[in-house]
Amino acid sequence: MNEIPVGTPRSKIEIQIDGNLVKAPEGSTILDACRQEGIDTPTLCWAENLTPVNVCRVCVVEVEGSRTLVPSCSRPIEDGMVVSTDSDRVRKSRKMVYELLASSVDMDRSTSEVKDWMEHYEVDSDRMGEKTEIATVAQPPKVQDSLYVRDYERCILCYKCVEACGEDAQHTFAIATAGRGFDAHISTEFDVALPDSACVYCGNCIGVCPTGALVFKTEHDMREAGTWNEQDQEVTTTVCSFCGVGCNLELHVQDEKIVKVTSPADHSVTSGHLCIKGRFGWQHAQP
Amino acid sequence: MSDLKFGVDKPTAEEREAIDDFISGVGPASIKVNERFVVGGRSRAKDRRRLLLPALHELQSTSGWISPGGLNYICKVLGVPPAEAYGVATFYHLFSHQAPAANEQIHVCDDVACRLQGAEELIKDLKESGYEAKSSPCLGQCERGPAVLIQRIKGKDLAVVAESPKPLTVKNIDKALKENASSEQVTIPQRGTDSLSLLARVGVVNPKSIKEYQEKNGYEALGIALNVGPDKVIEEVTASKLSGRGGAAFPTGVKWRAVADEQGRPRHIVCNADESEPGTFKDRTLMEGDPFAVIEAMTIAGFAIGAEQGWIYIRGEYPVAEEHLKNAIEEAKREGLLGSDISGSGFNFDISLYKGAGAYICGEETALFNSIEGFRGEPRNKPPFPTTHGLFGEPTAINNVETLVNVLPILRNGGSNYAMKGTENSPGTRLFCLSGRVENPGIYEHEFGITLGEVIEAAGGVKDSKEIKAILLGGAAGSFVTAEHLHLPLTLEATREAGVSLGSGVVMVFDESDDLPDTVRRIAEFFRDESCGQCVPCRVGTVRQEEVLARFTQGTSFASDEELLEDLSTVMKDASICGLGHTASGAITSAINLGLLERTT
Repeated sequence: MNEIPVGTPRSKIEIQIDGNLVKAPEGSTILDACRQEGIDTPTLCWAENLTPVNVCRVCVVEVEGSRTLVPSCSRPIEDGMVVSTDSDRVRKSRKMVYELLASSVDMDRSTSEVKDWMEHYEVDSDRMGEKTEIATVAQPPKVQDSLYVRDYERCILCYKCVEACGEDAQHTFAIATAGRGFDAHISTEFDVALPDSACVYCGNCIGVCPTGALVFKTEHDMREAGTWNEQDQEVTTTVCSFCGVGCNLELHVQDEKIVKVTSPADHSVTSGHLCIKGRFGWQHAQP
Repeated sequence: MSDLKFGVDKPTAEEREAIDDFISGVGPASIKVNERFVVGGRSRAKDRRRLLLPALHELQSTSGWISPGGLNYICKVLGVPPAEAYGVATFYHLFSHQAPAANEQIHVCDDVACRLQGAEELIKDLKESGYEAKSSPCLGQCERGPAVLIQRIKGKDLAVVAESPKPLTVKNIDKALKENASSEQVTIPQRGTDSLSLLARVGVVNPKSIKEYQEKNGYEALGIALNVGPDKVIEEVTASKLSGRGGAAFPTGVKWRAVADEQGRPRHIVCNADESEPGTFKDRTLMEGDPFAVIEAMTIAGFAIGAEQGWIYIRGEYPVAEEHLKNAIEEAKREGLLGSDISGSGFNFDISLYKGAGAYICGEETALFNSIEGFRGEPRNKPPFPTTHGLFGEPTAINNVETLVNVLPILRNGGSNYAMKGTENSPGTRLFCLSGRVENPGIYEHEFGITLGEVIEAAGGVKDSKEIKAILLGGAAGSFVTAEHLHLPLTLEATREAGVSLGSGVVMVFDESDDLPDTVRRIAEFFRDESCGQCVPCRVGTVRQEEVLARFTQGTSFASDEELLEDLSTVMKDASICGLGHTASGAITSAINLGLLERTT
């Protein structure tokens, strides 16, 4: 007879979110509890397949007794916690985080989720001043090989790519945050070109980037040419045939050509991460 | 390590030798590598990571910069990924990333106090004389500005300040370089007065002599502690109601109790000597003038909480204090007052001295841990707190220098006796850093409860009997007040009620002739430069805040700027990760509320 793993039993903790009593398993974060209750919460630096770094601060909520707002993505729930997710303070901070980002970074190619939240909070980044007068991270994209483009004027410094390259997935450590303050940026050592760095071209950094700063060269070229059309892309799920691990691939196909490959973040084998073969080794399948 | 990829750049023979010398005691991360077999590797690399910051210091002082070959070599020896090491090196402003143009790099403080004393002119003069000079944030020498730090290739760093009352000139720099000597005098206007407790020995005993220290009550407190046992030490400290002097005023007894009650081992005691708050120079004064007191107090703290390892993290801009502490550690070891089986008690305790490299944020306790551990000095999210997850993720008590030194009179005279001084809720004495337009700037020790006006009077009053325009209380992270606050008793409770903070004890006086809008803009620039860049509200918020103030000083403000500044302030306070973001707008908001930005001319 097969044993069915049930995991360690976890006791449930009772907290209050926006006036409603909520029971969630011990060890959950506030974000987990919110999602369990169907309360939408914006995130930028959080991803289900990465360790929370709580740097973007768009997921902040108000917790009674706490002097400052707390990041819901990483704060574990505690018995009797009283949480507000939509107070004036919360709305003000979330709105301004988006405004600060949009005033310094090009957010045009962000995911639709990011754009929807910016609309929801009525983000007005123009009040920070004329974009030509104030500090921004504007710079030309780095095109150093035929697989990746790193377009750092779209980088919000969410640290996801660094985590995916490092201890959360690939253990390659080709990129890290360098510099400090507003000059902080994602970089290889001494800013050497990617082919000269430790990069193994797994593309896991691209897989987690929320703002289009890291993209497939195919996507970048098509966007530049004005031919990128996400609506017309068909996504086909398949299993990678290069080895026996069994990674799920999602082939994004436009005009009968593969333009991008992803893997679902909740897939039990990949957790959304792939290797160079699965991510880029599909030329033989092109017509 | 075999699974890391390193660059192709090679170190120079000198760099290799300097790094090998430094690492020789511990050996490389991977001790044996062949095709399928690595001995050491990742787990050995983990312990070596904490050597990254000191190794970068070695490289900087050998070559005058973090050269690609040198960094590559450090990475190989320590098993650190080059991209991460580069990220760490570029975090600190005392590390250069371009080949040096001269043998000396001169950092001139042009921060709030020093810019009143002609810092900008000095930078100009130095450049004209052919020196490589650049402006620096506060160097912690505010009583005798403008202050200078000289970094040299293959030579010790020098701190040069004015021999008052004459301000520093290029000649002083020439002289310091020729004599290879820092300015060593400490400014204690109350020197030798009987009422002094924390400053009793400063400027009186030779800071390099353990004998002289012992003759003036030195090591009495440790003897008492070893005699009464750890629990009683914590009881006395709790009874004294001692609170942290770094700015947050957390009760020290509570902190020590929490660590002592933790199950986890090892535990650590960390002395936060990264004093970088503009206007603050009290910890430097203590470390330069009474270094054994810091070592003795740490030993007691270690004994009380059950830690065998102490760490001092001193800012990189304090070469004299660093030298005196190094000497004190060696002397104490020689006398059997540090090391194994201290005074035959069976208690083992050792202290490592870590030097920062120019980053205000590393004074934030969790950023300081990351810095020691060899990572970027980015603060961690709290909770968990250091008492449970501190240095290396282990239970840690972290205290400011002045806080620790208070433990000595507490043990010698008893906690309840100590609590008789000061007021009921703010017992004891504390150090005040007087600078700006006062007759006798320097460090003063006063009982809590003294009024702001009395503190200024004790420093000889306002220079040239001018009118006070504003007082910066508590440092750049504190707030401005005016002459209306002169009757404010300086206690934790009274300042809290008045909506201000004692912070790190800064009292910086500005008179009617000072350009306050420029000072306020400089404070905004300070936070812009010193934000670590990790969280959005602070990384971008401090930039936008400085831009609004720059627009103001240039007369190009928008109508909406005032509202923007308010919103930035609210959001930085509410949503930033650490205290830097929480306090980055405090002084600026207070200046606006007091009308200090309105130009009178």
